Amino acid sequence: MRIKSLIVALVSAGTVSLAYADITVGVLVSATGPAASLGIPEKNTFALMPTTIAGEKVKYIVLDDASDTTTAVKNTRKLLTEDKVDVVIGSTITPNSLAMVDIAAEAETPMISMAASARIVDPVDAKRRWVFKTPQNDVQMSTAITEHMGNNNVKTVAFIGFSDAYGEGWWQEFSKIAELRKMKMVASERFNRADTSVTGQVLKIMSTNPDAILIAGSGTPAALPQKALKEKGYKGKIYQTHGVANNDFLRVCGKDCEGTLLPAGPVLVAAQLPDSNPVKKSALDYIGKYEKAHGSGSVSTFGAHAWDAGLLLANAVPAALKKGKPGSKEFRAGLRDALEATKNLYAAHGVFNMTPTDHLGLDQRARVMVKIEGGKWVLQK
Amino acid sequence: MDLQIALLLGQDGIVNGAIYALLALALVLVFAVTRVIFIPQGEFVAYGALTLAAFQAGKTPGTLWLLLGAGVLVAFIDSIMAVRAGAPGRLKRIALWDLALPAVVAGLVLWLEPGTLPLAAQVVLALAIVVPLGPMVYRLAYQPLAEASVLVLLIVSVAVHLALVGLGLLFFGAEGSRTTPFSEAQFALGTLTVNGQTLWVLGASAVLIIALYQFFGRTLYGKALRATAINRVGARLMGISNTMAGKLSFTLAAGIGAFSGILIAPITTVYYDTGFLVGLKGFVAAIIAGLVSYPLAAAGAILVGLLESFSSFWASAFKEVIVFTLIIPVLVWRSLTSHHVEEEE
Repeated sequence: MRIKSLIVALVSAGTVSLAYADITVGVLVSATGPAASLGIPEKNTFALMPTTIAGEKVKYIVLDDASDTTTAVKNTRKLLTEDKVDVVIGSTITPNSLAMVDIAAEAETPMISMAASARIVDPVDAKRRWVFKTPQNDVQMSTAITEHMGNNNVKTVAFIGFSDAYGEGWWQEFSKIAELRKMKMVASERFNRADTSVTGQVLKIMSTNPDAILIAGSGTPAALPQKALKEKGYKGKIYQTHGVANNDFLRVCGKDCEGTLLPAGPVLVAAQLPDSNPVKKSALDYIGKYEKAHGSGSVSTFGAHAWDAGLLLANAVPAALKKGKPGSKEFRAGLRDALEATKNLYAAHGVFNMTPTDHLGLDQRARVMVKIEGGKWVLQK
Repeated sequence: MDLQIALLLGQDGIVNGAIYALLALALVLVFAVTRVIFIPQGEFVAYGALTLAAFQAGKTPGTLWLLLGAGVLVAFIDSIMAVRAGAPGRLKRIALWDLALPAVVAGLVLWLEPGTLPLAAQVVLALAIVVPLGPMVYRLAYQPLAEASVLVLLIVSVAVHLALVGLGLLFFGAEGSRTTPFSEAQFALGTLTVNGQTLWVLGASAVLIIALYQFFGRTLYGKALRATAINRVGARLMGISNTMAGKLSFTLAAGIGAFSGILIAPITTVYYDTGFLVGLKGFVAAIIAGLVSYPLAAAGAILVGLLESFSSFWASAFKEVIVFTLIIPVLVWRSLTSHHVEEEE
């Protein structure tokens, strides 16, 4: 028995040292806990990524952080010190990603976040020079909404959002831009992801009689205020954020979500994009791969953020290989430089053009306005 | 705020309060009989609602496999105990309750396509899957520790809660579901519209509370539970099995939890982890009642519901803070007015 386990240990030690020459990618997703609806499609996406890049074998080590910041920090350290990864991709949510910035910079390892907040990569300083991210900033999405509101003669807006970093971030960005556009914010309410009733908030909002209401929540919980608003007879425009862009939202919200407007990454309506749009092909490529593995209609925009992180990596590896062998300090530094030099990379969510001051690299091609019609996402021109 | 809004908020608060009341009753019941603070109570709410939702979506709910698995595990452990104790006569009972019953339920679910059945039949099937999990959880997690301190039992509760939430995520996924309402009817009551489902929640809660009252006052099993709650050793000397009392109270708690979930699933989206917060608010109500008094627990639950509803109107960002801060004055008042009997030492 003891000899057997010794052999097993020796063999596994052997495979570890053999694998050392491969490119090791450490992935951290929030596949359980409150952000699970975002983390699970991301986790699924890593299973679809290429196993060889530029002739080198790639090993993905996927860990779960349970949407918890402490666990995210612990697992990032584990990836960096024990698995000696060449790059960290993660995490799903902003608080975790912010906590990881210090650790990745300390280990001089590039990190690609899949979380939304601009603070993760902005401003690019000594620490953040190692950090990149794929999802659009909230500002970009807020501008899309206020633009649409402005064009549709909306004068007064009420806001209801999650009582967490997501809702708070949206409130700050959105209210700032809306004021600039001379729109009046008449109410600002909060609700919890797990709430079973939002009657109080909805009544308060309706007593201010706004032209439009923005609901800042992610996933199916964002359907609750909308259903309550319709039940109480609200007739104005309802806007949602890109956080709801998955098919479960349509399933839960049903007919109460008809006519809802939201900004989203182009991947959500890829098939409806004009052929001239450069993003169409790359987005459809991802959708095809994902739905082949998980059934039609299963794709979500969150998984596409993970896919884009993979594309950034695959695009940067060839240049980095010229600098050093995978596993070496030179390779990691080369990878960072190559990521920063990304130019015209067509991905599922837009076109990436990184610069030393912009580690997101997306422009207005990374967002479209979408309307829910007949239980489907419909692109607005 | 005008009268109209106050009425709407009041209605909302009472409906939520009715659900909290049911859960508070279950918590008080379980604590009184077994000294277990039953944190996993909320999971039964989610399991009940999501099992029904899975039927309606035409899927086989994962809880079915959990029922079969837990049944086999319980049967295995109990059989070994029975053989060791030299009482093979128990085997028949074990086979019936832990193996045959889940197998029959599984057979029905797989054969009938529950999504096509009338709603009442779906509800019965969902309850048949979730409720037996109650006594099984008791058998696996609590029965071996029945004489342990309240603190140990609380720690076990936390563990069971985490295990059940994790399983919930595995079975039902991260996104929530709703079910079709029991009734689409709407009634105009002055300026107020009342949904049929709202009446269902209130009616069902009232009926359940009265039924529990009758159960404890009039039936032998109910009296046995009360006896165990008042004096475990004394009850045991009178021939009331503590194990039986524990299993029965967990069955009732699971039944109340699952049914509460089925009641709220049409009015709100239920997630795999919704139950925890709902259960916690039931717990606040149970604390108001000092974990002993049923009528006080029900009144406390209505208070929690109303407080929640009105605070969501005035200060939505601080709603949870306000509701859970309620515990502090209640605890102060409780500790000033009641004298303590230290249980352990």
